[in-house]
Amino acid sequence: MTEVTRENAKEHGLTDEEFDLMCQLVGRVPNLTELGIFSAMWNEHCSYKSSKRWLKTLPTTAPWVICGPGENAGVIDIEDGDAAIFKIESHNHPSYIEPYQGAATGVGGILRDVFTMGARPVALMNALRFGAPEHPKTRHFVNGVVSGIGGYGNCMGIPTVGGETEFHEAYNGNILVNAMCVGTAKTDKIFYATASGIGNPVVYVGAKTGRDGIHGSTMASAEFTEDAESKRPTVQVGDPFTEKLVMEACLELMKTDSVIGIQDMGAAGLTCSSMEMASKGQVGVELHLENLPTREPNMTPYEIMLSESQERMLMVLKPGREEEAHQIFKKWGLDFAVIGHLTDTGRLVVKMDGEIYADLKVQDIVDNSPEYDRPWKESPKKTEITPDTLKNTQDPIQSLKLMLDTANLSSRRWIWEQYDHMVMGDTIQYPGGDAGVVRVHDTKKALAITTDCSPRYCLSDPFEGGKQVVAEAWRNLVAVGAKPLAITNNLNFGNPEREEIMGQFVGCIKGITEACKTLDFPVISGNVSLYNETEGKAIMPTPVIGGVGLMRDSSKMMTMGFKDKNEFIYLVGGSEKDVPWLGSSLYLKDIEGIEDGAPPPVDLSLERKTGEFILSLNEKSLLSACHDVSAGGILIAIAEMAIKSKIGAQLYNLDVIPAWWFGENQARYIITTNDCASFEKLATSNNITTLKLGETCGQKIQIGDNLSVTLDEVDQIHGKWFDRYMSQAA
Amino acid sequence: MKSAVIVFPGSNCDRDAYVAIRDVLGSEPEMAWHGDSSLEKKDLIIVPGGFSYGDYLRCGSMAANSPLMKEVIKQANEGTKIIGICNGFQILTETGLLPGTLMRNKGLKFICRQIHMRVENNTTSFTRKYADKQVIQVPVAHNEGNYVVEDDVLKSLQDNDQVAFRYCDESGTVNDDTNPNGATDNIAGVLNKNKNILALMPHPERALSKLFGSDDGRGVFESLMG
Repeated sequence: MTEVTRENAKEHGLTDEEFDLMCQLVGRVPNLTELGIFSAMWNEHCSYKSSKRWLKTLPTTAPWVICGPGENAGVIDIEDGDAAIFKIESHNHPSYIEPYQGAATGVGGILRDVFTMGARPVALMNALRFGAPEHPKTRHFVNGVVSGIGGYGNCMGIPTVGGETEFHEAYNGNILVNAMCVGTAKTDKIFYATASGIGNPVVYVGAKTGRDGIHGSTMASAEFTEDAESKRPTVQVGDPFTEKLVMEACLELMKTDSVIGIQDMGAAGLTCSSMEMASKGQVGVELHLENLPTREPNMTPYEIMLSESQERMLMVLKPGREEEAHQIFKKWGLDFAVIGHLTDTGRLVVKMDGEIYADLKVQDIVDNSPEYDRPWKESPKKTEITPDTLKNTQDPIQSLKLMLDTANLSSRRWIWEQYDHMVMGDTIQYPGGDAGVVRVHDTKKALAITTDCSPRYCLSDPFEGGKQVVAEAWRNLVAVGAKPLAITNNLNFGNPEREEIMGQFVGCIKGITEACKTLDFPVISGNVSLYNETEGKAIMPTPVIGGVGLMRDSSKMMTMGFKDKNEFIYLVGGSEKDVPWLGSSLYLKDIEGIEDGAPPPVDLSLERKTGEFILSLNEKSLLSACHDVSAGGILIAIAEMAIKSKIGAQLYNLDVIPAWWFGENQARYIITTNDCASFEKLATSNNITTLKLGETCGQKIQIGDNLSVTLDEVDQIHGKWFDRYMSQAA
Repeated sequence: MKSAVIVFPGSNCDRDAYVAIRDVLGSEPEMAWHGDSSLEKKDLIIVPGGFSYGDYLRCGSMAANSPLMKEVIKQANEGTKIIGICNGFQILTETGLLPGTLMRNKGLKFICRQIHMRVENNTTSFTRKYADKQVIQVPVAHNEGNYVVEDDVLKSLQDNDQVAFRYCDESGTVNDDTNPNGATDNIAGVLNKNKNILALMPHPERALSKLFGSDDGRGVFESLMG
């Protein structure tokens, strides 16, 4: 085999130091296949070399955590012998290059991560970031990404129950597509990616291997330059039908006791899956690539090892169980091939037609992957924006109408109607609420799921922003009546080799850590996506949080829509005297035209106390509607509740400035009740600040006697922005 | 009642159909694999929704030719009651058991939402629990639900009371604005001449309880109990 050069290594994304380390570990200069394996394992996407040092600091344990980060997905106990298994993952780079396939395969990848662990996926979520609406390519991205997500999830028959989408010019050159999947399994039937048993067969199942996606993960570990589109061949092509069959076949096989370990082939395909399984089981693997089902003739070992063809799985079976497994895959019309066996050498040996193409010590690559403590610089603090600096004095109803007519606060119905959010028959809260809720099949229990991120806050103050994203996910779960249990995170940032970007990353991690600790809300899985930059312009720091909570009795689920007229509307966690927090708020952006200022600080203990108060009220059935106050503040929240229910609100004439209605102060909820006495008594005894805001009635949102807007009008504004935007030619 | 739900590769509403039969009719259906060639005589067969064969080639066309469908067609012709839902509707038109075809939605997008439909014939085994012209709420979730038939076929469907449901609004108005997918004459569900086959794009099996948004779909299954 020919030795590779430093130049070859550079083309594979390895630095000179990494090349030297590789040669030193192997004891010789590797050949091309071996270089390919190293580069796939050591790129940022697979090795987490820039982020590892900081990821280790995240809180990952709680009594209900069964499996934290490091497996295909995290696992929590949801009582009665049931487990929830979930993870979020990004497919940012591929989605920019080819929006439909990039987003579709992102969904495919996260589904595999979940069913690989023996869980049946029960819900999908996503978090999307697009460039400015007026950017000429934004519609193209929105269209492609949304139909890609729908195309894959709908065909698989897994409901997409929610998500979040924002637009900002910082994403003009790098859109974000993060997909989350939640599955359920029995706690004693969870499968891990560990290979064990010397001599045991290594089995390949699923779709055939083609030349698609070679170097996909290496591409995802670099910035884009002007020629991003020339990278199209690195994007994989999804086939949800095949994945549906792979899922059904795997779940059927897992009902037998023949599977020892299983791993999906995602980023860096066969290389990563075989390496990870061998490494976790401390064994060696010998692969015979001539037995592997290929889609195209004459594929080289290099291509086979690096292909990112989708819908493929690798598993280790108990000896003698191959035929039983084969029959199941045959029934589902899928390829099945024994492509190797486990060895006691601790080496990955790749053979084809008798010739050796790679012979590497597994632990050398996995344990000695580079880990960088990248230099970082704390983001400069922003000043607070106080109300006295505001120029605009228009009344709050005017501002409400203006803000609802924007890309970031308008209804997302256009998006989620393209996702089948009801298939499987367990969805009890549709997209458009504070969290998606799915019943645990054939039980009274339900899981609430949310995805959240506030990049505006994270940019202005990564630490406070990091705290806030976790707090908001927590609050959204509380608002539907679920006890928040754990999160998965998707850390989307720019180039970590720049100190200020690394500073954003570190700040966010520290904020997330603090919030997770105070809220008992550990991180059980996650993904890091760096190098979201084009020509030196980075995205905003976007650490997306996917939160999951449990509802023991789904009949107690809360929703945001008003339930009846003549009920009382309260603000929980705030008062008339509160100074509206305006820094980095949407009010400041949309009404004052300023994007600046320190973001709202999060008092995590207060957040916890307020949330627990809401849950206790719900237990007593004192609340008829509940909605958290987030982007846009109090009046936006009330408008959303009114629009949802087609019931209006008469709000009192309060002694507040117009901006009070739009401050983004944290740890607040809007609720309705028809039992003011009990509610107020409990609030007082729990030391929770509340403010009676008004009553539900009529067909208007009205403040005092004079300021009002009809529900029809706000519904039109809020409901039609997206349709109108998408129907305009770019 | 002896019933079966046909499972094709890519079916994904098969479990929903199973739950509907179990919970409303009170008996467990047989989950019949498409590749089998025989099926015990049933009183009711559901051809469920999903993406049989990935909807590749043309929705329903491959499933219509799978081995077990021969048996389904035979039993249909002998009077067994058949319900085709969503992809099941597409499959039944491909078999020729029902006229017409399902084209892409007029908006060229997948639509998942709660819609209203009006009961146009409440004298059948599938609809007798509903009042005449009753407006019911059930969800749709499809990309190809635009039911197209030629004029003469439409006329014979109308003349023979074969239109089971029409898309409408909350108050029962049937017009272009209340037609989510462009279907001819707002047709949401059709019957065969003998009225032992019902095919519809909306999902009654997803509307069994208010907890999930609506319980108006129960009527279809309750009607079968006689």
